[in-house]
Amino acid sequence: MRLEPRESTSVWLVLAAPILAIGAALMLSSGLVLWTGESITAAYGALLKGAFGSRFAVAETLTRATPLMLTGLAAAVAFRAKFWNIGAEGQLYCGALAATYFGTGLITLHPLLMIPLLFVVGALAGGAALALPVYLKSKLKVDEVVTTLLLNFIILLFVNYLLEGPWRDPMSMGWPQAAPIIDEGVLPRIMAKSRLHLGLIIAVISAVLIWLTMRFTVWGYEIRAVGNNATAATFAGISVNGTVLRVALISGGLAGFAGVTEVAGLKGYLTLDLSPGFGYAGIAVAMLANLHPLGVIVSAIFLAGIYVGADSMSRAVNIPNYIADVLVAASVLCVLVSLMLTQYRVKWR
Amino acid sequence: MTALKIRGVTKSFGSLVANDNISLSLQKGEVLALLGENGAGKTTLMNILFGHYVADTGDIEVFGNPLPPGATDAAINAGVGMVHQHFTLADNLSVLENIILGTESLFAWKSNTDQARRKLQTLADDFGMQIEPDKWVGELSIGERQRVEIMKALYRDAKILILDEPTAVLTPQEVDHLFETLRSMVARGLSIIFISHKLHEILNISDRVNVLRRGKMVGEIETKKADRNRLAEMMVGREVKRPKVEHITAGAPVVELDNVVLPGAKGHRPVIDGLSLTIHQHEIIGLAGVAGNGQSALADLLSGLRTPASGTVGVAGDTLASFSPQAFINLGIGRIPEDRQEKGVVGDMTVWENLISENLRQAPLWRYRRLIDFHACRAFAKNLIEQFDVRCKSMEMPAKQLSGGNMQKLILARALQNNPRFILANQPVRGLDEGAIAAVHERLLVAKRNGAGILLVSEDLDELFALADRIAVIYHGKISQPISVNAVTVQDLGLMMAGDLAHGLTVQQGAAR
Repeated sequence: MRLEPRESTSVWLVLAAPILAIGAALMLSSGLVLWTGESITAAYGALLKGAFGSRFAVAETLTRATPLMLTGLAAAVAFRAKFWNIGAEGQLYCGALAATYFGTGLITLHPLLMIPLLFVVGALAGGAALALPVYLKSKLKVDEVVTTLLLNFIILLFVNYLLEGPWRDPMSMGWPQAAPIIDEGVLPRIMAKSRLHLGLIIAVISAVLIWLTMRFTVWGYEIRAVGNNATAATFAGISVNGTVLRVALISGGLAGFAGVTEVAGLKGYLTLDLSPGFGYAGIAVAMLANLHPLGVIVSAIFLAGIYVGADSMSRAVNIPNYIADVLVAASVLCVLVSLMLTQYRVKWR
Repeated sequence: MTALKIRGVTKSFGSLVANDNISLSLQKGEVLALLGENGAGKTTLMNILFGHYVADTGDIEVFGNPLPPGATDAAINAGVGMVHQHFTLADNLSVLENIILGTESLFAWKSNTDQARRKLQTLADDFGMQIEPDKWVGELSIGERQRVEIMKALYRDAKILILDEPTAVLTPQEVDHLFETLRSMVARGLSIIFISHKLHEILNISDRVNVLRRGKMVGEIETKKADRNRLAEMMVGREVKRPKVEHITAGAPVVELDNVVLPGAKGHRPVIDGLSLTIHQHEIIGLAGVAGNGQSALADLLSGLRTPASGTVGVAGDTLASFSPQAFINLGIGRIPEDRQEKGVVGDMTVWENLISENLRQAPLWRYRRLIDFHACRAFAKNLIEQFDVRCKSMEMPAKQLSGGNMQKLILARALQNNPRFILANQPVRGLDEGAIAAVHERLLVAKRNGAGILLVSEDLDELFALADRIAVIYHGKISQPISVNAVTVQDLGLMMAGDLAHGLTVQQGAAR
């Protein structure tokens, strides 16, 4: 079996590839469903209904998609420049810490100022979390995969310390959680009788802005050039270190946004289970979208749908909701293979 | 007796036919030259012979026995040995260890070096090749390494030896030495296929020439009946015109390097070691030297990629204080990098995006300092594409899909569009076909006429003699005085390339007298 490059790829193939890939992922995972003794149609039907079958389901899915869009964008922007930021989880918590610090009574402003303030400090904190990895990468060539990944644990333990100690809310009856965000800082609901909040709109606007930046600005040009061929970019006069720093700040800032939306939009206060791995799931979101900022919107909703739907399915039929992780993993693998097949064709022999 | 017979081999990759019904036969005790431009299909044919590719049709016989397709060890076992252009030796093993590597059973308790050593010595004596079996390959010169590669093939009882562009990395004297060795091998009944695009070498060493062009075998000629022009015409398919060089009186200095030092890796000598060189308006200085003597470092310096540890660089009379690619672009220095794919273009970005890469951060290609003015950029690119004859289906196609020649034209267009005062041309025609070579040379000569000073770095002495006004030689990071092309010979350059830089002074004095 050999792979031969395609000279050209039709638009239809590019559009059909991810859909076929997800179909293949569902088929691959159906083996596990059959193993539990449930019918595939019942299981997948329950999953689809739980994700998109009602107004409430859609609202839940979109609520879950909000942080995934932001961490997905964080990964997509960084990976475009070949800056392998695996630390969105930690940067998300940094954003949440900043929002908690400023949003629990330190300053009180009108909501029109208070909410933007929380996002700004959240983004700055998220970006600051990448300062050290970027410095180590550009000065000493330390691999950012290692530094950003390990920083996640340091940051999480720091949050743990704060919540067990100085920041613990005296009103929390002993639970490790911080004081609630003041009313002026809470993100307003955008759909009645649901948990869907302003964060979704911020996330979608972020995606559009990132797309516009990548497509139409000198920065975007430089990011794409550095990501595709850093040697040639340097030769043409583009500062690789400057571009990487910029990308890191944007990426960390987006992950910081995700922390703000969860603290000020969904939960209302900082806890240790604020993020069930949104930072890592963001990598899957970005991969599914082939690092395209607008694609991130779709793939985040898809991923959120699987998680929310799987929860609901596990209540309806006798299948544990861990099937969601299998489905996501299979989808990412299938999409990666399908992306390769849009570039190459398989020759048997 | 026929040593090797290739019959009707065809291999296509998608719509590209790399080998189209190729047949050739190699007799015992002859040197067959395989001549062709880059992309003519020489490498594909050899890859089929060694089983790396499977041919669509056709078959191969070695000494009358058919070779099974797709089996990588079949050719070696049948007695075919290959000396690659890029050596396949392990630096941290001795010569002897490199030679026996892979010939012994994996399950042997210890390697039987005594027997190997005896066999090696016999071979060395037979073919008159000096070899030190216990020296580390890392310590050997390029010429010696090539001898080890040849020895490796002979040790595996090769009766047919294939040499792929064997002279690219050698000094002229080393080439002579190689040819002596090859002759003694042929005299002992070995057969040789000599792959090259250097005409004078082919005329010197071969008995017969087979010419490949665009995947087809277009001709076969006995070397006795061939001459340079005839071969060039067969290779290119039309008459080859050499660009006319006018000698113009050089003007004011454009670039002055004074005692520049660039440090090497830790524990190594400097890669540029006290180098001084002045390049004037209206002149092309050719830089000769065996690969790896500091050419790349000097090119990096003149591209703005490296900052000298000591010494000064002056451009148009001003001593530079800061070194960066952007600063060099702003100073009006056009840079043609050695490796098109690696340094020259961003392959996944479009043709027009690559054309604007050096000019994007200035008016009129941007708006409000941040936004790309697509209209202006495309117009800018369109103009360059027409002016420099870059042939592409559309300027929206990724640059990596351009052919080598067109990719080089893109880089030339970008480097020359602003009428630079100095041009660094580092191996500007490596891997290009004759048509593209002529186009590139023509552009450089036009730039020279318009007043540019040019440093032409090349491993091809023919190119330097054809284009340069003066030639300097670089050796171990030091440079000789540039000598007028009319005063210097290939032999002189060979001596200097082997380290005798002072020989240049003798030549110059001789010319002055």
